[in-house]
Amino acid sequence: MGTYFVRRLLTAIPTLLAISFVIFAILDLAPGDPTGTLPPQIKMEVREQIRKALGLDEPFHVRYLLWLKQFFINEPLNIVEQVFNVKIGDSTNRLRVTSWSSRGKPVVDLIVERTPQTLWVVGFAYLLSVLIAIPLGVVGAVRQNSIFDQISTVMAVIGYSVPTFFTGLLAIVIFSVHLKWFPSVYNTTLKVTDWASFVAQIKQMIMPVAVLAFFQTAALSRYTRSAVLDNLKQDYVRTAYAKGFREHYVVIRHVLRNSLIPVVTLVALGIPQIFAGAIITEQIFRVNGLGSLLIIAIQSFDIPVVQTTTFIFAVLIVAFNLIADIVYGILDPRITYS
Amino acid sequence: MSVQSGTAPAANIELTRELKKPHRTLWGDAWVQFRRNRLAMFGLITLILLVLGILLGPLVYRVDPDYIDITQSNLGLTAEHPFGTDDLGRDTLARNLYGGRISLAVGVVAMLIAIFFGTTIGLLSGFFPALDNPLMRFTDMMLALPQLPLLLVIIMLFRDTLRSLFGPEVGIFMLIVFVIGILGWMPTARVVRGSVLSVKKKEFVEAAVNIGVGQSAILRRHILPNVLSPIIVSATLSVASAILTESALSFLGLGFPPDVPTWGRLLFDGKDFLTFTPWVVIWPGLFISLTILSINFMGDGLRDALDPRMRG
Repeated sequence: MGTYFVRRLLTAIPTLLAISFVIFAILDLAPGDPTGTLPPQIKMEVREQIRKALGLDEPFHVRYLLWLKQFFINEPLNIVEQVFNVKIGDSTNRLRVTSWSSRGKPVVDLIVERTPQTLWVVGFAYLLSVLIAIPLGVVGAVRQNSIFDQISTVMAVIGYSVPTFFTGLLAIVIFSVHLKWFPSVYNTTLKVTDWASFVAQIKQMIMPVAVLAFFQTAALSRYTRSAVLDNLKQDYVRTAYAKGFREHYVVIRHVLRNSLIPVVTLVALGIPQIFAGAIITEQIFRVNGLGSLLIIAIQSFDIPVVQTTTFIFAVLIVAFNLIADIVYGILDPRITYS
Repeated sequence: MSVQSGTAPAANIELTRELKKPHRTLWGDAWVQFRRNRLAMFGLITLILLVLGILLGPLVYRVDPDYIDITQSNLGLTAEHPFGTDDLGRDTLARNLYGGRISLAVGVVAMLIAIFFGTTIGLLSGFFPALDNPLMRFTDMMLALPQLPLLLVIIMLFRDTLRSLFGPEVGIFMLIVFVIGILGWMPTARVVRGSVLSVKKKEFVEAAVNIGVGQSAILRRHILPNVLSPIIVSATLSVASAILTESALSFLGLGFPPDVPTWGRLLFDGKDFLTFTPWVVIWPGLFISLTILSINFMGDGLRDALDPRMRG
């Protein structure tokens, strides 16, 4: 079993390196220049000096290796230092990835500032969607082709067909403009100190969370339903019924465990997807999270921030693919013996 | 029902004509199965109506989508402007119809690119075992790339280059279609590879190899026709995905140039005016949702109809 895990881990590392190369190469090849946004009166020599200071005159492979070193060694150390308030080595003189537009603020600082907002909304949405989708899928499969199942199937297809930006805008039109229940603009300075501010935080989070959760629930419930359906056809279920067990015993104690295996892997794989979905939701509801950082950086041609944020999304995908494979290997012993 | 030998010859001919069964084909069977699926038929009819409306609408409803008339801005549903107007006085219905053409065009062309790459890689990967491992590793790596961030980044970077080469609309069209296709072929490749692997084991392929049929002929005449079903399902679903992605890109402001009215762009333009003119946002959103919904219903119906285990 150990060899299976080691093998998956070993394939993840070259994938990560390859992705980092692709991201770096795309952004490097692009026509675009940090000095391009400066006023044209600035002379060429000064521009060359600025470019040299940002390290842009080195050859490609030198810059790539420096970027790798910055990203994999320096920045994690800085994150650890910031989060745990310790000092590791010579942190002030370490080579940092700095943003081009925020006056040289280190990119990691920007990311650490904005991640909690994204995590709140995304985390709640995902938890909600998992809690709703799995029972929905199981009941839909056990009562196949009943009214409940047909309605929930149609709702599921609607859920992942209607784009999140439309449901978000509809939610704003209905709940903010007409009913005036929830605020349409996210108050980013709100700190949860007492019950009233907690209620306010919940109120401003409900719509983005609901929009994200609707989409994820739809996809997850369909998948759960088909996984449970596959298991219900198996012989051991027939044996259990033949032995006289009642339906809820068979379903909960036998079918559920086996059908949850592919579902759990899908839940792990869906986490990077919901981060990507949050990019759009944060634009609609003006949440100041990671997604809106990416959009702002793209619109202002801030290449270091774009590189770092895109790479973080890629790391999330590779990491959760690995987690999904490992969890699948733990839950289903048949995989590790192949 | 029995045929008696003593009856008149004319009656015999009538009966034999009735007893003759209709000619059944594989595609005909699939169509019968598809017709029984109510949701799939709803999707098909809705899609046909939408496409006809979008293609023929501008011929009937001859209002210029770009005509700006500020005196007519922010109107509700009037006789002259059935869907209302936006903040610059442009007619919403005309803009939606024109935007539909672009969105559908992007969806279909992006699908063709994705299917082409996906089928090629899937066929090669399934048929030649030496190519299987490297091609599948490559597919896994492409799957690990974050799709939306990379799309945004590539469009941001190469927008101006293509605009100067091919003109604003055509350049962006080519860029968007190419990028969506390049980042969307992976599911098709996997499905085709699985299908090719299972068809390769069948006896008729073995027989063809034994009588000396060349490899390209086997691929062309035996394997490809038999993997068409998953390709068709994958193609249908990838049109929906391409339309969704293009709308998302336009919604984030990184799609077509600002005066080109794709559905996503209409949502982007209208999202700041939700309090005054919500219908400017609701109509394109409804169109996008209906299109994607009907394509998804159709794709599910096709998958069930073409699946040989579920037929009959």
